[in-house]
Amino acid sequence: MRSTLAVYLRLVRVGLRTQSAYPLAAVAGVAANAMFGLIKASILLAAVASAGGALRGYDAATMAAYVWVSQALIGLVQPWGGSQIAASTRSGQVAVELVRPLDVQGAHIADDVGRGLFGVLPRTLPTLAVGALTTGLFLPHALAPYVLGVGSALLAVVLSSACRYALGVLGFWVVDARGLQTLYMVVGSFLAGLFVPLPLMPHWLQALAAATPFPSLLMAPVDVISGRVTGPAAYAVLAHQGLWLIAAWALGAVLTRAGARRLEIQGG
Amino acid sequence: MASAPDPAGPRPTAWAAYRAVLGSRVRARASYRIPFITDSLGAGLVGIVEFVETFLVFSATGAIGGFDVHAILLVFALAEIGFCLGDLAFGHLDSLPEYLRAGTLDIFYLRPQPLLAQLVTSDISLRRLARAAVGVVILGVALWTNAIMWTIPRAAMLVLALVCSPLIYAALFVCAAGVQFFTVNAPEMPNAFTYGGRYAAVTPASVWPGPLRIFFGFVAPVAFTGYLPALVILDLPGVGVLAQPLAWGLPLAVVSVWGIALLLWRTGVRHYQGGGG
Amino acid sequence: MTVIRTEELTRSFARKGTRRHPLARPEQLTAVDGLTLTVEAGESVGYIGANGAGKSTTIKMLVGILVPTSGTVRTCGLEPVRQRRTLAGRVGVVFGQRSALWWDLPLRDSFELLTAIHRIPAAEASARTADLVERLEMGPTLGTPVRQLSLGQRMRGEVAAALLHRPELVILDEPTIGLDVLSKQRLREFLIEQRLEHGTTLLLTTHDMGDVARLCSRVVLVDHGEMAYDGTLDGLAAQVGAERVLVVDLAEPHPDLTGLPGSRHLGSEGEGLRQRLAFDATATTAAALLAQVSARVAVVDLAIEEPDVEDVVRRVYLAQQRDG
Repeated sequence: MRSTLAVYLRLVRVGLRTQSAYPLAAVAGVAANAMFGLIKASILLAAVASAGGALRGYDAATMAAYVWVSQALIGLVQPWGGSQIAASTRSGQVAVELVRPLDVQGAHIADDVGRGLFGVLPRTLPTLAVGALTTGLFLPHALAPYVLGVGSALLAVVLSSACRYALGVLGFWVVDARGLQTLYMVVGSFLAGLFVPLPLMPHWLQALAAATPFPSLLMAPVDVISGRVTGPAAYAVLAHQGLWLIAAWALGAVLTRAGARRLEIQGG
Repeated sequence: MASAPDPAGPRPTAWAAYRAVLGSRVRARASYRIPFITDSLGAGLVGIVEFVETFLVFSATGAIGGFDVHAILLVFALAEIGFCLGDLAFGHLDSLPEYLRAGTLDIFYLRPQPLLAQLVTSDISLRRLARAAVGVVILGVALWTNAIMWTIPRAAMLVLALVCSPLIYAALFVCAAGVQFFTVNAPEMPNAFTYGGRYAAVTPASVWPGPLRIFFGFVAPVAFTGYLPALVILDLPGVGVLAQPLAWGLPLAVVSVWGIALLLWRTGVRHYQGGGG
Repeated sequence: MTVIRTEELTRSFARKGTRRHPLARPEQLTAVDGLTLTVEAGESVGYIGANGAGKSTTIKMLVGILVPTSGTVRTCGLEPVRQRRTLAGRVGVVFGQRSALWWDLPLRDSFELLTAIHRIPAAEASARTADLVERLEMGPTLGTPVRQLSLGQRMRGEVAAALLHRPELVILDEPTIGLDVLSKQRLREFLIEQRLEHGTTLLLTTHDMGDVARLCSRVVLVDHGEMAYDGTLDGLAAQVGAERVLVVDLAEPHPDLTGLPGSRHLGSEGEGLRQRLAFDATATTAAALLAQVSARVAVVDLAIEEPDVEDVVRRVYLAQQRDG
């Protein structure tokens, strides 16, 4: 008997392979990430320069690291990705998923995580390379930030999938699910620190962000990988991400259970 | 007493199709009021968040690239309004890959109008008006807080920018659509032109490295949608090739970017027809 | 053993856009209305009805996708919604309009993945897969991504996917829709084989009376969510007089072929070169009728037209109105 975990790990691999059927999408992703990265680097590095070389704890090299690590993580974390569960419910494809002996939430998140992880080689690394070749960026010289960084990035990928899944299921009860989606993408990516690093925000906004899972999606892995947060503080960041993951997963599970009664599939 | 209409009626113009689509969108929206309101709120929110992102960076430092917080408001507002209006009319060209997959494009081929005209008139996203409204408010604030010595050329530049910027972004959407014939499975590709162009345009061109200045100044000329007109209106010198007098080349920039757009579109369509769909 | 048992099974939906104000109750549409049905192990049931008659809704309640509004349902002795995942291991479903295969992956990978999902031991999984691949002649397409398969090839893949875990109950929702004659034939033969060998219970919805005639010993007809007929196909044919039509192309023009026992001449084309003969499937067979025709004139080509499900439904409806 194969273990349950093995089945879901296979689904992760399927998601990965599904995405690998579209290699051009990865190239396009790098092009878009790099273009936005160049602009983001221009404005933020100019800001550091005009502040006299140090801005809220960032110097040119660490700001460049923020820019390029955050751009590189977009393809992995997919902060703007929709939720497959919503599309699947609309199209009725969820019927097929329900006649499999699988947990719908687990299967969806596994597939989604796989799609995200595919981006490591063709998206994340090339985007970092573009950054290193254009503006240059600070990279830590110790091993720990990379090891912890991989852990933090993985947590972010799974947390992102879990959040988008919960959002998709929440859509069953909302008159206008698309509005909810827009809200999530716009406010979420802002509070995740995608375009402006959180330390540049006023304190009240930072406090607001800290009360949401969004910083755990992007700012957390960026801080850990770029060595801004190290040692015990880095472990605390990972633990914080882990707590949000548990919360998002639990919310998704509760919503799925409640939503099963409302799954009104097309084509009755 | 009006004369009796010609029973056959006048031949409908291209605008008639557009008016019909517009009318149907308005009616459809009126019957789904809640989604329209939340859609509009969402679009407005996008505008506000993007503004805050720009504002935060400038307020954290004071002035960047010769632009202070007040001056950047003007750049942001001009570029944002231009982008939103261009997006309103041409933004749904983004969904060309879906049309290609669903075979909708093949249906368009069977009709007598030009393909591009049909695509453009196939949908209009009225909710994007809300985002333009955010830009208009910021423009008002910008004109209020900047001490502008109004002259006829400066006022003329403001009007010229408001008219031409949407045309530049519309052309960028057409460019992106042309490229999408080659990159059907890579929907992020055109974002580098369109959304990337907008993102660049709300920052002062003085911070861009050399290659970006050439690209956004002369190829995808978004420098003409915010930065250059703002130089004239605020009487600032500009930087390198992107100097104040260049702003008056705005109509030329529109013509050149539309030239590129139509060329890319034709290449894309040829490729589609050549590939047999 | 009873495989399916429903009692007064009912499901209604809220009609979208019929809510006058946010607190108002929207109009209800009853898709399945008080359906009571029992299917025993080994039976083969054709579940037919017009579009929107409630067939898919019933199936979705049988496998635990939809919650009944009222009434009870037991499938393989389980409560579908509560025990969905256990039930999923004992039922195989093909939704003809949807794909259970992974679009971007080769067919082989979908099979491997499904055997993993159903936790079939490796040796058994490969044997079962090999057997299905051989019987459904899928060998050459195993390495092709599903999105590049023809409809016929894909549908064979879907059926195999639903049978990999040897389910006790197989539910096929429009499995032959859009298939060419040859693909249909191959699929039907395969399903008959499987039933003979494994005694699988089969529930089939279809628009093709040919499917029902070849595969089903029992027909259940639903109309507007209610059961309109339950019995044998012959019985249904007797009730509504649903006739099949033999179309013959003749070697030479011939006067109308009237007076053949068990048949009725419908019409002639091309000065009698093509003639259409309706016959009652309970009274005679196509072969017997063809023999009679051949005795009179040489036949170069022939076709048999099956009565359409919509046509049968309409006749049942008319017959009931006449009787009532």
